[in-house]
This record gives sequence, C-alpha cells and structure tokens, in this order.
Amino acid sequence: MPDISAKLVEQIRSASAEKRQLQIVGRGSKHFYGRTPVGEPLAVAEHEGVVNYHPAELVLTVRGGTSLAEIDGVLAEHGQTLPCELPRFNGDGTIGGSLACNISGPARPWLGSLRDLVLGTKIINGRGELLRFGGQVMKNVAGYDVSRMQAGAMGCLGVIAEVSLKVLPIPTAVTTVVAEIENHKEALTLVNRLSGRSNAISGACWWGGKQYIRFQGARSAVDKAAKEILKDRTGASLMKDGQQFWRDLRDQKLAFFEGLEPLWRFSVGSTADIPGCKHGIIDWGGAQHWIKGDYRFDDLAARILRGMGEVNLFRNRRGDEEVFHPMPAARQAIHKRLKASFDPDFVFNPGRLYSWL
Amino acid sequence: MSEKAQLATLFREFIDPEFVIVDEETQRPYECDGLSMYCEQPMLVVLPDTIDQVRRVIKLCHQHNVPVVPRGAGTGLCAGAMPHAEGVVLSMAKFNRIIDIDPLARVARVQPGVRNIAISEAAFRYGLYYAPDPSSQIACTIGGNVSENSGGVHCLKYGLTVHNVLKVEMITAEGECLTLGGGGLDTAGFDLLALANGSEGLLGVITEITVKLLPVPEKAQVVMAAFNDVQSAGNAVSAVVSNGIIPGGLEMMDRHAIVAAEDFCHAGYPKEAQALLLCELDGSAEEVKEYIQRVAAIFESHNAFQIRISQSEAERMLLWKGRKSAFPAVGRISPDYYCMDGTIPRGQLAHVLTEMEKMSQEYGLRVANVFHAGDGNLHPLILFDANVPGEFEKTEEFGGRILQLCVEVGGCITGEHGVGVEKIKQMAIQFGDAEIAQFHGIKDAFDSQGMLNPGKGIPVLKYCQEYRALSQTQTAQA
Repeated sequence: MPDISAKLVEQIRSASAEKRQLQIVGRGSKHFYGRTPVGEPLAVAEHEGVVNYHPAELVLTVRGGTSLAEIDGVLAEHGQTLPCELPRFNGDGTIGGSLACNISGPARPWLGSLRDLVLGTKIINGRGELLRFGGQVMKNVAGYDVSRMQAGAMGCLGVIAEVSLKVLPIPTAVTTVVAEIENHKEALTLVNRLSGRSNAISGACWWGGKQYIRFQGARSAVDKAAKEILKDRTGASLMKDGQQFWRDLRDQKLAFFEGLEPLWRFSVGSTADIPGCKHGIIDWGGAQHWIKGDYRFDDLAARILRGMGEVNLFRNRRGDEEVFHPMPAARQAIHKRLKASFDPDFVFNPGRLYSWL
Repeated sequence: MSEKAQLATLFREFIDPEFVIVDEETQRPYECDGLSMYCEQPMLVVLPDTIDQVRRVIKLCHQHNVPVVPRGAGTGLCAGAMPHAEGVVLSMAKFNRIIDIDPLARVARVQPGVRNIAISEAAFRYGLYYAPDPSSQIACTIGGNVSENSGGVHCLKYGLTVHNVLKVEMITAEGECLTLGGGGLDTAGFDLLALANGSEGLLGVITEITVKLLPVPEKAQVVMAAFNDVQSAGNAVSAVVSNGIIPGGLEMMDRHAIVAAEDFCHAGYPKEAQALLLCELDGSAEEVKEYIQRVAAIFESHNAFQIRISQSEAERMLLWKGRKSAFPAVGRISPDYYCMDGTIPRGQLAHVLTEMEKMSQEYGLRVANVFHAGDGNLHPLILFDANVPGEFEKTEEFGGRILQLCVEVGGCITGEHGVGVEKIKQMAIQFGDAEIAQFHGIKDAFDSQGMLNPGKGIPVLKYCQEYRALSQTQTAQA
C-alpha cells in the first residue's frame, strides 16, 4: 500500500515546468469516457490503499488509486458499503477515477452519488501542490467545497490523491419487483408516485415493457412495500435474481448496451418524457435515460424541454466531437478561470471534458 | 455629493425609495446577524423586489467598486452577513415567494427569501417536506441556508443543504446570470453547485433555488437514554451505528445543558445524568417498530440508567422540546452565551469534553455542550457576561482554543454555522497557505474585484501566519 504522492508531485512539477501535458490514468476502466485522452500517461493506480477506516464513525479514507474491489472487500468485513453503487466497466475502476467521472449506479436518486458521500480530499493541483480540503467528519463548511467540485471534473483540476467518504450499513433486506408495463409514460408516473410515498425504494428502471423496482432497508419495510405493488398491479412478480439485474444495469452489461452504436445519456427531471426513450432504458426513476443511435448532438439536446436537464455522448463517439452538453458562455468563462487557477499551465487532461478546457 | 448620496440617488431611480435605506436608525436592524457581538453600520441598505433590480444594484456597485453584502433573514451565527462600513447591504427579504411545487417530480422552485420551514409547510399537503432543518428554521431563509450549507438535527440520514439542492440561479459580481446545477441530478463540468453551497455570499447573489422534496416519514419515534458518564453515551452511539441503524436524529447533551433544558421546559430529563441521548427513528411504521426496540436494547447494554420511548406524538415533541430549546435555556442561566460549532470524530468526544472542562476552569467560564452525536457536530456554549470588561475577549480566546482542539483531534472549525468574520482567524489552523491561496484563486474566478462580502470566509494570507504564531504561543503558555 505505497504512498507515491511525492513521486506524483515531482512528475507534475516537471511536466508543468517543461510545459508537457499529462493524461491521468487509473485502472483504465473509463478510458472511453469523455473526449480523447491526450498527453503523457500519469499512472496513479499505484497510489493506493486504505489510509483510515473507522466503521463506527462511518468514515473511510483511501488513496485515489485504490480499486473499487478492494474498497468493497474492506467495507464488507464490517457490514458496510458505498451506497452509490459505483459502476465497474470491464469489472474494474478506482475511487479517484470514479469521483472524477461522477458516474453513479441505480440507487442514485434515493441514496445519492459518490459526490454526495465525499467528506474531504487531498488533491495535487497543476503547480504540484498537495492540498487538503474538507475532512474526515460528516459536516465541514470551512472554506469552499473543493472536494465535491472534483466530481465530474474529469481530472481537469488536479489528481485526486486521497478521498474521505461517508459509508453506510449494507441494507438488511433487498427485494426486486418486476411489473409488465408496456407504456413508458405509465411507468414514469408509477415510479414517481412511489418515490413520493416510500422511503424504501432504491431502484426503478424501465426497459422493454418491464418496470423493475427495488426496495431496500429494514426487512419489514421492504416486505410491506413489495407487497403493496404485488397487490396493486396484476402481472407484477418478485424477481429471483434481482441483484444480478441491478449489477448488470450498473456495469452496462445488459443486452441493450451491446454493440458499437453511439450511446447517449440524458440526465433530466424525473418526469421528463424524452422523445425516443421508449426504445431505450429509463433508469433512476425517470431521471436518467439511455438511447442508442447515430444522432446529432443538437437534435438530442433539443428534445429536453425547458432546461429540464442535459444529454451527453457516453460511449462510442465517432471522432473527436464534443461529448458533454453545451455550456452557456457565462459558465464557460467561470470554468476557464477556475481551470487557470488550479492548473495554470493546462497540464491535466487537456480537452478531455470540453475541447476548450 | 458624497458617494453614499450619489449611490442612493442612483438606486432610487429603479427601487422604491422607501427601500433604499440611508438613515442610521432604520439601518439599525441590519447592523449584525445572529452573532450580535459583531456589529457594523453599513453605508446603505437596499431591498429590491425584482431580479432585474438586484442585477442593477450589483452592476452599479461593481462600477463604483463598492462592496456588496447579501443578506437573508440575518439569523446566521458567524457574522457572515455583518455589513461592510463602506458597502451596501443587499437584502433579499422581499424574494419570499414559492414559485412552484411539482409534487410528482418532488421538487420545489423557490425564491431565496423563502423561510426554510415555509417550504415544508407548503409541501405538506402533498405528503412531502424539505429535509434540512437548522434550529432557526422558522426564521432563516433558504438563500442563507445555501450560502452557509446549513445542517440541522437530521444530517446523518438526510444530508446537509448541499445534498438537497438541485439548482441555484445566481448573479455574479459582474452582473451576469449564472445557472448552477440543472433539471437533472447532475450536470457536466465542474460541480459549481457544490461550490456555491457554503460559499457565504462570496461568489454570487442567489436569486432562485430548486430543492428536493422527500416523502414525510410515515412514523417517527424517539428514545431518550440517560447515562452516568459521557464515555458510555458515546459508545452507545457508536454501537447503534455499528449495528447498521442510521437514526433520523441522534443528539447528546452534557450535564450543564441537561439541567438548563430541564429547568426551562420540564421534558422529564433526569437532572443527575452526565449525558443524555435522544435518538429518533423514522420511516415506515414497521421499520420504526423494529428499530426502536433494538436501539433501546443497545442503550440498555451500554449502561443507560433510564430509558424512555415516546408513546405519542405529544411525548415525542416534548422530548425534543428540551433539546431544541437548549440554547435559550442556557440563555436563562447566564447573561450571555457564545455558541461554538466545531466538529470532531465521535470517538474523540470524551477526550474533547475533558479537555474543554480543563480550559473552562482555566478561563473561569462555564461551558455547556449540545452535540449532534450522529454527525460529530459539537456546539459548546460558553457562558459569559458582556458587561464585565474583557470577558468577551476572554470568551473568544477560549472559543478559539476549542476550535483548535477540534482540528487537532481530526475535526474542523465549523460544521454548519460557517466562517464569516467570526472564525476567519481559525481558518489558518485548519488550512495551510497553499490551500488558502487556492481558495483565493476560486474567489478570483467569480469576483476578481473582491466586491462580494469582502472580509468574510477566506482570510488574507499574511494574517494566517501571524495567527498561527500567536496561537502556538498561547498553547505553549497553557
């Protein structure tokens, strides 16, 4: 469990001095995500290991290169977990990469994202300074929230060297119900109503005329919630291999995700009805839609009404086009100035997030 | 014409003249926030009532290089809304409209001057509520909550403001409109929404907020447990969490707070207890029933000498009433009190309380403690008398040492009240120069003139070195 932060600092300082660009590389599981990586690889996977774990405090501190599998193992020994269900594309991934990409699993609307679990970080900025923000306690409002700002920054602000996270108990009971609902609009209404009533819901995905709903928590609460659906909807049934379904959804292993067509992700308000979504997957109780096909970015962006969300080209880009939702000029200007303050020589992941960043 | 008269004339061209306040008497209520030891008379106070007016105020101040201090209800506890002597207080009090509640999507769009509790009241008819509940929730505004990233007693389970806000509209120092967050659960790019939460009005003036609404739990029940020592109470809290139970609220009081609260509202707290826990379970009726018994059993096995489970909503409210009125209750036993806001890893509680007791002896000032035990947020209340010359200065020094202790044991200087003016010196203990320089870089990216709420939140670097040197000397002397 080596701490190689000193080596990383050195590499970053010399890259900055020599105006060389670096692409931050963990375990390579999300190499496909964002725009084409450029620059010399900066390997961070070796900077790994648990720094601190206090199960009774619900706090875990790990180095950025720590694999998700290792974290799972350590937490499971104490009956705990990261409730945000981080995807493991090709079965792998690091915690630093997961935070940089901020991709969350099926429980996201109810149990939060990795960003929501972040308590503190150590980052190495473009000047090669190892900085510590936030802390290892649940509440901390001193200074700007630089730690959570790393979520979705795609490494453009620095290397995530260490993360402190809130962890939670593994739920004692989990149940999945599957209901035949041909009409996706009917399914959307159902899951939104359910989310407004039950505290136990932790997954709601519509795909191919079927609505999958997961409940988790105390046994009694889960059983009651499932029973109500089974009573209300004819054709609803308990799913035997429910957990496998949610894992496959999380890791994009369902048949829908196969093939090399461009894969688009909509992140929208949970009642948004995106044209074309009935041919895709509607996850997150309506707040995340997946669509496949050769579309123009503008055409898909126009499908989102009244600023109800964003779309991005998640996988299988054709060239070096923009993959994230177009950003208004005022926000772009702030992004450029923030980038310049963290990484004045534009060392990290140039163009990975946007061509202009 | 003075700058004040000139600006007032300009503001009156587009704001109702009655709400451009120039005279000292009418400005008086704006001279401080909830931390009334820090006061300042502003140059001007304005209360615009349209977003365009807000934008024009900011643009004019930008042109004239005049500081702007945004203000909600003024309930903050860190002097974050204290006026600037040469600046304009920009009150958002008139923006008190709930724009829209979408019960199906479970979101509410609100103006920044809407009171925290008003959101839950309006959402109640749909069976929904807004989760973060700072103790000032009947008065504090949602705009102020975002600025301070406010907490409350339910943070362990339901998160802070940052976890419950989906979108913020703000106007930058240059008068540009900026949307942070969006219609979905995430947006591409840097998480500026997270940055805005807790930014203390330094990055922009918030004009609209979209918050998440949650289903009102079917049932809530509370267990009270009294202990003969703090350590056992602390261990009991850890045992609850280790058993896989995340309570809705988990609060602890020390003996001074117990006595003050019990004398004030007769909730039935045993006054001989050294520590008292209130643990609330919420969720479905079945879930609460299952967990409440388990929690009571855990407390019993950790030597609680008295356990009481609320049997009715009235009893639950009564048990909470003592805790919720702990601050005013302490106010009755001392002319003044000073509320601190450090956080600590829960396991350090007994050590921190012991050290604090030593400091209390040393300074000759009593201290009572209420503790959000679930999330490690400690509120020591230092009792003092402002009319005794030098006593407030002594209190401040004592407070500063408590915060230093919090940082030493792995915690931080503020869990939910913010830095403001009050804790700006202690920022130097929690952060090094490189971190503080990075904070200034962020500020510059939004407000290069330093026009918004200057002198708050982030200290000037050279003062940091001076403060570190000074606090080392104090510690050495102690």
